[in-house]
Amino acid sequence: MRFPYYPGCTLKSSAVNFEKTALASAEALGVELVELPRWNCCGAVYSLTSDDLIHHTAPLRVLIRCQEAYKGGLVDEPRLVTLCAMCYNTLRRENAAVREDSERLRKLNEFMDKEENYECGVEVVHFLTILRNLGLRKISECVRQPLDGLRVAPYYGCLLLRPREVSVDDPENPTIMEDILEALGAEVVDIPYKAKCCGAYHGLVGDEVVAELSYRILRQASERGADVVVLACPLCEFNLGRQEVVRRRYRNFKPIPVVYFTQLMALAFGLPMEECGFEMNRIDPRPVLEKKLYR
Amino acid sequence: MTRPPDKVRKVRIYVMGKKYEVPEGLTIMKAMEYIGYKFIRGAGCRGGFCGACATIYRMEGDYRLQVALACQELVRDGMYLTMIPFAPAKKKTYDIRKLRPTPNVFLQLYPEIARCLSCNTCTRACPQDIPVMDYVQAALRGDIKEAAELSFDCIACGLCAVRCPAGIVPYYVGLLARRLYGKYMLPKSEELKRRVEEIRSGVFDAELDKLVGMSVDELKRLYEMRVVKR
Repeated sequence: MRFPYYPGCTLKSSAVNFEKTALASAEALGVELVELPRWNCCGAVYSLTSDDLIHHTAPLRVLIRCQEAYKGGLVDEPRLVTLCAMCYNTLRRENAAVREDSERLRKLNEFMDKEENYECGVEVVHFLTILRNLGLRKISECVRQPLDGLRVAPYYGCLLLRPREVSVDDPENPTIMEDILEALGAEVVDIPYKAKCCGAYHGLVGDEVVAELSYRILRQASERGADVVVLACPLCEFNLGRQEVVRRRYRNFKPIPVVYFTQLMALAFGLPMEECGFEMNRIDPRPVLEKKLYR
Repeated sequence: MTRPPDKVRKVRIYVMGKKYEVPEGLTIMKAMEYIGYKFIRGAGCRGGFCGACATIYRMEGDYRLQVALACQELVRDGMYLTMIPFAPAKKKTYDIRKLRPTPNVFLQLYPEIARCLSCNTCTRACPQDIPVMDYVQAALRGDIKEAAELSFDCIACGLCAVRCPAGIVPYYVGLLARRLYGKYMLPKSEELKRRVEEIRSGVFDAELDKLVGMSVDELKRLYEMRVVKR
């Protein structure tokens, strides 16, 4: 089954380990993620202005690329798979907005007169949804090296869950990552802050907000006995993965490794540790992985 | 022929707001010279290759701005045009020897590329049919090779920079991509190194001195008798 895959800018730069392990995991599951042959930045932030349509050309163009790929026979379904939660959020909301507002769609289509018209046939999904649809049994069947003994704390952040219309799961108490990680054999540590904000872009203007919010999340994971925090978005990694900001403000903070769920999935599916991109994770998870998994 | 034949159609063009009638079939550049303008800036190769004669124009009755190279585009009736001999754009100063081909190099030197809206105005402004938006996007995600290859035909005419709503100067980004690609990523030519050494050591000096010492007639004869390998 070939799905169109939209990487987004970060998956090609600071999160190549996320992409690599996601593609490897998908392959093990019999799913082919076909990168769109031509794509542009989704715009990152979904613009909330109602009269400023120029900021909507970027995500709409991505949807048109997916439409082109589907019409061109490169993929089997027009379900656009994303790995980055921010891209997921922006693209899905754009898709919903143009489907609801035909005038907006018309204006954007007319402005982008060098592109074919967007016909609203694309569905935007996060890789987690594809995995849920495949079923936990299928995931368990592909496990070669169960993650027994590893205590993991999934963190969702905001963009996978809000606004409610685009949420991949229950926005207050999502369990999709927990279910997958348990199917891989890991022991899940639930943290109440798993769906709370990490501080997002506040880090660009100062330390305090990111330090405090990220500290709360990471400390809770540590206190509850997690070995690693597990993410589904490379932007969460900017704050939670790179812990210098937290360490600057909280001298007693003990760093905790942060990994992408696909890195653990690929490891469980049998990919050698060296190929899971752990050298890119700021706090090296390999010592704890080796200790817990390879006694 | 120094004078157009009487039956040639004239078309109306407006140069910087003033109306003129010029013979049909002239390029914008020729038409402006016909009117009496003399180019001391904004004209170069006259062959569509140097980017000196960037022009913005509008057709009567149409709100859209269009772009062209003055030496290539023919005048049409109702054309309101202005030439842009210089696009004010800031090139970042860098030492290519100190740079490395990392994915972040574009964002470090030209952080404004993160403002790219993917509006495609730059592509539409390009007189060379280059997919400008695509190479800026490639640079944004650190794909040096793609940015270099897509921007290959760029003649730095400046039209994309003049029109970009985000204030990006795409051609400088493309230039950086091509420089990095050529210096660090393409295979090096061993033959070139050898040839440069030969030149330095004077292997060709005698032959060159002989040519320099020839008269114009001798050179012409030599040229006419050259053997062209097919």
